[in-house]
Amino acid sequence: MSDAWRPPVPFVYIVKPGLQTTIQDEGRWGLQSHGVPVAGPMDPCSHRVANALVGNDRNHAALEIAFIGPEIEFEDDRLVAVAGAEFVMTLDGLDVPPNAAFVAGAGSRLRFGTRVRGSRAYLAIAGGVAVTPVMGSRATHLASRLGGLEGRVLTAGDRLPLGDVTRAHTGRRKPRPTSGAHPIGVTGPHAHVRLLPGPQREYLSRDALDLLQSAPYSIGRESDRMGFRLEGPLLRHVRGADIISDATPLGALQVPASGQPVLLMADRQTTGGYPKVATVITADIGVAGQLGPGDTISFSICTPRDAFAALIAQERALMAFEAAAS
Amino acid sequence: MAQHRTHDFRIVTAGDSAVLVEFEECIDAEVNGRVVALAEAIEAERIGGVRDVVPTFRSVAIYFDPLRTDVDRLSARLERAAADARPAVTIAREPIRIPVCYGGAFGPDLDEVARYAGITEAEVVTRHAAPVYRVFMLGFVPGFAYMGTVDPRIAAPRRSTPRLRVPSGSVGIAGGQTGIYPCETPGGWQLIGRTLLKPFDPLRADPFLLKAGDAVQFYPSAEPDV
Repeated sequence: MSDAWRPPVPFVYIVKPGLQTTIQDEGRWGLQSHGVPVAGPMDPCSHRVANALVGNDRNHAALEIAFIGPEIEFEDDRLVAVAGAEFVMTLDGLDVPPNAAFVAGAGSRLRFGTRVRGSRAYLAIAGGVAVTPVMGSRATHLASRLGGLEGRVLTAGDRLPLGDVTRAHTGRRKPRPTSGAHPIGVTGPHAHVRLLPGPQREYLSRDALDLLQSAPYSIGRESDRMGFRLEGPLLRHVRGADIISDATPLGALQVPASGQPVLLMADRQTTGGYPKVATVITADIGVAGQLGPGDTISFSICTPRDAFAALIAQERALMAFEAAAS
Repeated sequence: MAQHRTHDFRIVTAGDSAVLVEFEECIDAEVNGRVVALAEAIEAERIGGVRDVVPTFRSVAIYFDPLRTDVDRLSARLERAAADARPAVTIAREPIRIPVCYGGAFGPDLDEVARYAGITEAEVVTRHAAPVYRVFMLGFVPGFAYMGTVDPRIAAPRRSTPRLRVPSGSVGIAGGQTGIYPCETPGGWQLIGRTLLKPFDPLRADPFLLKAGDAVQFYPSAEPDV
């Protein structure tokens, strides 16, 4: 009894972990010059939607739930919301809707069942998951074991501390009883994304961009949060498959010697030595992030103007959603 | 000596949220000096919407939020900064000295490098510890510094089969490059020794031992755990 009294920190308890449940905020930016990968959500839009629904800031840490969902017990009353991939979900046996906030009472259990559409759902909890940030971020980077909970996927028995609930959370209207619509929508098992050529387009043959657009690619089995190995039309190098290593942007289509592109995703390394033929536009990153092994992706080249227009339209939709949710 | 022409660089976009400034296509201390100078200049400008500035061997990547940063205006700014980027006058920056326990269990490939070079293991150590290396860039894993240039005599190529587990602190050679594995990871470099210094420790006040542009010298030490 020597310790000073402190209010108990509220937790959620992981009863079953699901296949790959990780803690993600918007990513560990600003340290790529030190080789520290960004990580963050595979579908940033859905992460943002989930946070908005419970009154969190967009950078609050939420759970990214991939392919098979967890079972979670709440230790106190919390406003929660799930956005992104659609799962059948029950709270103490009663169906709860996606894309809508609901209150999970103390002792209640949220179970994820069948996955209906998409690959990754985001579970936001009012106050956010309050694990200790590592170098300014709570995002989990699995390969370097950084952030989140000990830099790893969640396992049964984990207890996650939650942040304080503020007026931003309690001051909100009674949660809507019906399922809200996701402002962007979630696709799958096929997605179409737009590309901008480059930055090393000239390392590939002249017809490389045509080939990329000629048929869908399937997402290979060896695909994860670092990147998707694509299987489809082969690309041919004309200046060798090695470049002097440079930075690897999110969404870059890197082409190793095999000629099969790899789409670089959230957990990508900061640098790489293969040419990058084209890069997915920012507005379509979340669409790609909803895919998993066995799904297919098709590409079309767009202009910088198209890319910007798409991003503005998406931002408008997200901001309108955030405004309506508050 | 590289010439300082006004337009010996190019600016290319990488998608809609990153721009690359590429200098001459080679691994060279002077080219990399301009890279580091440009990266530092851009960092110092604190341009709104810029999220990450990443110097690599011969280019600088600037990541930005396209909703906050106009790419044309950013590129114009980079154009001026790149033309001005001169390697910092090398005021004999004191090298960071790194103790290495060479050979034995800590450097399982030292004998192979010696065979490759046709010299004794002791001579490999002497040659590895002689130069002041430049940190060209960091990448691969947090805190991994690509350093050069290794004496061509001992510049053994990567192992044909990478190891599944390289212990943290291992010092390796891959062609003209040398580096320290900051964490246990798979890796294909020829391991010649180990250091107790941690290139990366997320809990340290400064998590990173090395940054691009640093000067580094290794020296032999008896045990890595003294």
